[in-house]
Amino acid sequence: MSVRSESEGPNIEAAVERASVGALEGVGRKVNSFFEYIGGVTALGGEAALTIFRLRIRFSETVNQCFLLGYQSLIIVLLTSLFTGMVFSLESAVQAVQYGFGSFVGGIVSYTNVRELGPMLTAVVVAGRVCAAIAAELGSMVVTEQIEALQSLGLAPVRFLVVPRMLSLMIMLPLLTVFADVIGVMGGQWIAHAQAHISYDDFMSSARQTIGFEDVVKGLFKSVIFGIIIALVGSYQGLTTRGGAAGVGKSTTSAVVICIIMIFILNFIMSYFLYGGG
Amino acid sequence: MANVIARLDDVTLSYGDRVVLKKCSLDVVEGAITCIIGMSGAGKSTILRLLDGLRKPDVGHVYVRGHDICHMRESELIEMRTKIGFAFQFAALFDSMTVGDNISLPLREHTSLSEDEIREIVVHTLDSVGLAHTYDNMPSELSGGMLKRAGFARAVVTNPDLVLYDEPTTGLDPIVTHLLTDTIKRLRQQLSATAVVISHDLQSIYMMADYVAMLFEGAVIEYGTVEEVQRSMNPIVQQFLQGSEVGPIPL
Repeated sequence: MSVRSESEGPNIEAAVERASVGALEGVGRKVNSFFEYIGGVTALGGEAALTIFRLRIRFSETVNQCFLLGYQSLIIVLLTSLFTGMVFSLESAVQAVQYGFGSFVGGIVSYTNVRELGPMLTAVVVAGRVCAAIAAELGSMVVTEQIEALQSLGLAPVRFLVVPRMLSLMIMLPLLTVFADVIGVMGGQWIAHAQAHISYDDFMSSARQTIGFEDVVKGLFKSVIFGIIIALVGSYQGLTTRGGAAGVGKSTTSAVVICIIMIFILNFIMSYFLYGGG
Repeated sequence: MANVIARLDDVTLSYGDRVVLKKCSLDVVEGAITCIIGMSGAGKSTILRLLDGLRKPDVGHVYVRGHDICHMRESELIEMRTKIGFAFQFAALFDSMTVGDNISLPLREHTSLSEDEIREIVVHTLDSVGLAHTYDNMPSELSGGMLKRAGFARAVVTNPDLVLYDEPTTGLDPIVTHLLTDTIKRLRQQLSATAVVISHDLQSIYMMADYVAMLFEGAVIEYGTVEEVQRSMNPIVQQFLQGSEVGPIPL
């Protein structure tokens, strides 16, 4: 049987107190850095918006970025949307026919594609490719002093680098989403016909009855917001890169993770308000 | 008394917990080449960034052409920077552009010159640093010395009245070092511009400097002409100039 000395009590209490204070400090630091991050991205967005509002836009660079960030993402967006539409139809069509709801399959597939899957999946796929590319490019420019060089030439990095990327994604992401919507519905239509013998006409008739122009516009509105988020998060992560090549790698990974999480959260918030949840 | 184009007045600046400059004061004489020497990490490059408004001091003031730039708005800083050239240590050319486009950029953005006029100026500037043939090359196709010279060309293409050179000769062979030192002297004469040069290369400094400032532990401990600094009685300065391991400088 061990015997405790009288001094052990206060020591344990002091250790517990230190641990509690340390834990609280840790939480405080996390909360602080979270708001610092949100503040930083918002400030960057504000500066970019002001630059666009003043029409201080580099048009040729914006067109170039439309090609690099948008057009070059087309194949990957088409492939992911096609197979997502196909698998969604595969899972729903056979079941729907069994329960006598075959005539609704076109509506279900189109409804889901146009309102949710199309905009969100396109944004996630583009975020994986483009957000990482933006963060890596701007991060490399930071560590090789190219951002400071821009500033030393009297050029604002936001106007020079962020605005063309943001504008190009605001334009190209909705366009990619239209392609994703169309190819996703077409893939679903093909699988519904091949697996559940739902005719192409029945599928399209159901789709036309279920989705309206308003649904398409709301889906594209989401895409514009996602485009802004991808550009801002990628740019912010890139411009705040510290610590050489390792820092660039860290920024790139963080950019993709943060961007995808933000897309999912914002998608829920926008769906809630756009589609009558509020 | 010579005119002062830029001044650091009791500047203190820290990166996190590390104090880089501590009550540092320095006058940059107009029309002269001022070289700043000191140990690695002494804060020499930070002084250039302060003079260009890329960093703000925690305490103290930075004056350029009599204006305190610490309180300038970003738009005012941008205007000020168009009259200052900055040649970076690793040139910092934009690797997505050709050498010609890199050097044309400030002219395209800040002047209303035609493309033909810009090309003429850029070719002439590249020629002045011996790189006229590299107009259409990408930066990745140039050697270290050529990159630095292209960086010089970009820094001076707008005819600035103050040019900042960050370690222009570091890591280069003696011949290219000599060539770059000559280029800095020649550009100063052509532009009648003031130059501030950060360097570890004492031979280059002796060749080009009008004034030398030695930085140690965040402050200027010696300032004067080359001869004055060479004759300094300060043991820190003497240890540095002799490259000796023995002395008051902690290694």
